[in-house]
Amino acid sequence: MATDNIMKVNLKVWRQAGPKEKGGFVTYENVETTPDTSFLETLDILNESLIEKGQEPIVFDHDCREGICGMCSLYINGHPHGPATGATTCQLYMRRFKDGQTITVEPWRSAAFPVIKDLMVNRNAFDQIQQAGGYVSFNCGGAQDANAIPISKVDADEAMDSATCIGCGACVAACKNGSAMLFVSAKVSQFALLPQGRVEAAKRVKAMVAKMDELGFGNCTNTRACEAECPKRVSISNIARLNREFICAKLKD
Amino acid sequence: MATIDSKIPEGPIAEKWTNYKAHQKLVNPANKRKLDIIVVGTGLAGASAASTLAEMGFNVLNFCIQDSPRRAHSIAAQGGINAAKNYQNDGDSVYRLFYDTVKGGDYRAREANVYRLAEVSNNIIDQCVAQGVPFAREYGGLLANRSFGGAQVSRTFYAKGQTGQQLLLGAYSSLNRQIKAGKVKSYNRYEMHDIVMVDGRARGIIAKNLVTGKFERFAAHAVVLATGGYGNTYFLSTNAMGCNCSAAIAAYRKGAYFANPSYVQIHPTCIPVHGDKQSKLTLMSESLRNDGRIWVPKKIEDAKRLQKGEIKGSDIPEEDRDYYLERRYPAFGNLVPRDVASRAAKERCDKGFGVNNTGLAVFLDFSEAINRLGIDVVRQRYGNLFDMYEEISDVNPGEFAREINGVKYYNPMMIFPAIHYTMGGLWVDYELQTSVKGLFAIGECNFSDHGANRLGASALMQGLADGYFVLPYTIQNYLSDQITVPRFNPDSKEFMDAQKKCEADEDALMNIKGKRSVDSIHKELGHIMWEYVGMGRTKESLETALKKLKELRKEFETNLFVPGTKDGMNIELDKAFHLKDFIVMGELIANDALNRNESCGGHFREEYQTEEGEAKRDDENYFYVGCWNYQKDDNTEPELLKEPLKYEAIKVQTRNYKS
Amino acid sequence: MSNSCLSSIGKKLIMSISGLFLVLFLLFHMSMNVVAIFSGEAYNAVCEFLGANWYALAGTLVLAAGFVFHIIYAFILTIQNRKARGVERYACQEKPAAVEWASQNMLVLGIIVFVGLGLHLSQFWYKMQFAEIAGVTGNQFGVADGAAWMNYWFGQLPVVILYLVWFVAIWFHLGHGFWSALQTIGWNNKVWIDRWRCISNIVTSVIFLGFAAVVIAAFIKSL
Repeated sequence: MATDNIMKVNLKVWRQAGPKEKGGFVTYENVETTPDTSFLETLDILNESLIEKGQEPIVFDHDCREGICGMCSLYINGHPHGPATGATTCQLYMRRFKDGQTITVEPWRSAAFPVIKDLMVNRNAFDQIQQAGGYVSFNCGGAQDANAIPISKVDADEAMDSATCIGCGACVAACKNGSAMLFVSAKVSQFALLPQGRVEAAKRVKAMVAKMDELGFGNCTNTRACEAECPKRVSISNIARLNREFICAKLKD
Repeated sequence: MATIDSKIPEGPIAEKWTNYKAHQKLVNPANKRKLDIIVVGTGLAGASAASTLAEMGFNVLNFCIQDSPRRAHSIAAQGGINAAKNYQNDGDSVYRLFYDTVKGGDYRAREANVYRLAEVSNNIIDQCVAQGVPFAREYGGLLANRSFGGAQVSRTFYAKGQTGQQLLLGAYSSLNRQIKAGKVKSYNRYEMHDIVMVDGRARGIIAKNLVTGKFERFAAHAVVLATGGYGNTYFLSTNAMGCNCSAAIAAYRKGAYFANPSYVQIHPTCIPVHGDKQSKLTLMSESLRNDGRIWVPKKIEDAKRLQKGEIKGSDIPEEDRDYYLERRYPAFGNLVPRDVASRAAKERCDKGFGVNNTGLAVFLDFSEAINRLGIDVVRQRYGNLFDMYEEISDVNPGEFAREINGVKYYNPMMIFPAIHYTMGGLWVDYELQTSVKGLFAIGECNFSDHGANRLGASALMQGLADGYFVLPYTIQNYLSDQITVPRFNPDSKEFMDAQKKCEADEDALMNIKGKRSVDSIHKELGHIMWEYVGMGRTKESLETALKKLKELRKEFETNLFVPGTKDGMNIELDKAFHLKDFIVMGELIANDALNRNESCGGHFREEYQTEEGEAKRDDENYFYVGCWNYQKDDNTEPELLKEPLKYEAIKVQTRNYKS
Repeated sequence: MSNSCLSSIGKKLIMSISGLFLVLFLLFHMSMNVVAIFSGEAYNAVCEFLGANWYALAGTLVLAAGFVFHIIYAFILTIQNRKARGVERYACQEKPAAVEWASQNMLVLGIIVFVGLGLHLSQFWYKMQFAEIAGVTGNQFGVADGAAWMNYWFGQLPVVILYLVWFVAIWFHLGHGFWSALQTIGWNNKVWIDRWRCISNIVTSVIFLGFAAVVIAAFIKSL
């Protein structure tokens, strides 16, 4: 099958051999695909053809291809995760594009996310921020019964909405300031809304913000680009909560 | 011949784990600091084990192939996690969860392990809530539950449709705390290539830094594999693109038995394959079967016209639809276990009733639910899944299509079974230790708890049970006499030799310099596996598969092409390394399936079925765990060892989902 | 550099508090100006009251400090933000529909506002409060004759156009700045964000209309 409605696109892809090498765009013309094929599968098709020619394939991060692991990135035609809203790159299908269209594919651009190779970037900074305080200090084995702490459904649902962040970095990629506030605020909010997390809320928010600043992320100027491009639609109300938590924590010092 | 000792503790089933813990050897806190443990993998099992071991005081080295521990494929689990809390007061208990799991597994699981799993299931929920996992709640503030296939009680805890994600992020948060405390050293974008043996014990690993392309040596007192399943042997599966079985196969080559490889779960509700360029199959949550009805046309003419694209599913009126699951299994209907539902779909498609252009799809229809509950309620329950389906296939299942004789019909979804989970895995004893001393396997990587078929919402339970509550205890029984063993030098001969072997293997792959890409050979492997070792297997098909796999290995060894060099990052080289092991895995699956002259759970041999087409077990001859022992090289057929199953608490019966 | 003195949120907080203070000042200034539409004498009385008195001077100093902080921190933040963005820029970029144009151009708008402010200070403050303090004499009009100054400047069409451009820049700058400041302070959530944006639009528009009305009224009178 897949012969009935073949489409061709031109892929203008950023190629960069290594972190220190100079990169540049290479345009691959007339890549054959179908509207039912996903964008990443189209890159697979292109890669297969490159390998056939003895060339090295384009390197890009991807794993689950179900929109949940947060591994895939790519800045496609001016949008992180491409033109579809509320979806990751791996959930983007070619029917979003026109036959003959040129599609520009770039890596995340941010000082805190250096390019490793081609379209792959290093997002280790996100792990470091989580390590600074994105947890409840609690050892396995000592927990009370799960129903011992009632939590209002409203709070639990809101915590879930914050916790839905997949850590892909689209917020940083979309932000003209390279700010990680949406990412940090999602984790801070999740714990701030739950009684388990309240105990060390002040310590957590200070530690995570300090780490975020240290790693060279920019400052939030409330442009809301992060929220608009977030594949999981995490709200900037989390950022307001982060600010609130942070200011209160500092005032308590 | 090696004897198989599963080390099941004495006593009645309900007391075994308590007895074990009461009598096992422990390591005191001062000594824990002197011991290092390598944990490979950061999924639910790996991350929970690494963090818990570190909390106890061990030094942990933790590896993952992704850019962050949070990306492991446990994250993609949608539905939920089972526990015997009985919060809903519907008669649940540890025993009932144990019983349902053993029955769901078609009586091929090890009783004692499953009972322990059911026992610790409640602790998992407590642990996760304390970590801040935002489980769904009722308005009163207490935890909510939903029901799932294969059970008559509501025991599944969930966090929207993202339970796996939330549980994994919980484990990841604990792991992060230990990384910050310096107790866990985290190695991201590293892949284990081999296990280093010193005096017959696993003492370290050789791992490749995927960014620099260099091999590095790591030593420890014990090695834990939490590297997931081998579903990607079939090329197309619901597994992540990076999922592979190379770590498990490395262990197998070092003498760890591979148990029950033929037990592969095929999930009934996946989006059908759309073309040969496809790289991955997408799962639609099992929860859809709560309100969706599965059908194909009654008349073969209708099916033919559907296949040609002349009519649509919504053009076929109620009386011409065959709701085959409801017809065959009146008691469980659309909620039969996964293996049963998958086989029934295959049976219809084999008879020519498939509903898409390839003839390999059935309908999942919400018309009845929408007419009964209204579109709003249905969208509230499944809206995100409908959207996901629409994004992929350009059809909106909630959209009104047409009215025939006063009945409103909505666009149905098309679904087809796909490889999803592997019940088989490295053989482990009650302590989760493989047949190699000092080498442990947890989570999907081992074989222990699901028998021949896994029930929904049990994978998360098993991964976390192993990582949080079982391994951190049982590994101490092994480590207690290791406290005087000094740290190993990773520059010693054994380590250097192992690294040289890894480098030589890599050179060999680079030097084939043939014509075919890794994916093209992998697709061929997948085709052989799906065609001959898939949902319905016969003696002939399996023999054909083994023959074709031999040829495929030859093709791989002589005609593979890997572009680039081995310095720095080379994604094709890494894929080639996986593919080599997938071929070994394919042979293991086929060999085990050929040996097992019965049908049970995920393993269906067409020669062994009842008149109604149900799986026919042979408890007299095959009531055992099939353990495969590696012989001198990949080309030599492995030796089969048997661990007989002993059931004390449960009476072995024929599974019945009809009445 | 300034990471060590203040966290990112701390710096933002200074921006938002100084910004809100300046919004308050504009509201006050605008209400004062509106008086001029109705009566030049009344307006001059206000000017008289805000001459070189100690309280008016103190107010001016605080106000100047507000501006200085707001501007300095704007530059510190912008420099950091540009650094955080990295050296390589996107070749192809598209603004999501939900993103306000103003929010991405606050610095440019701020600079326009600042230049306009320079013009404004030289035309009014320098001739009035400053002249009074410095004891400068010999200007066309008296230091407290605000109405006369207004009629003089706003009788010239180019000045009117410059002022209107300036007000539009202020309108854009405040339109984002006002709700953004409240978001930074943390006084926001999913419900309040729309309310704040609505209030923000009203306040900004009132300021804009008030100032513009005075200028246009003066121009019309001069015809």
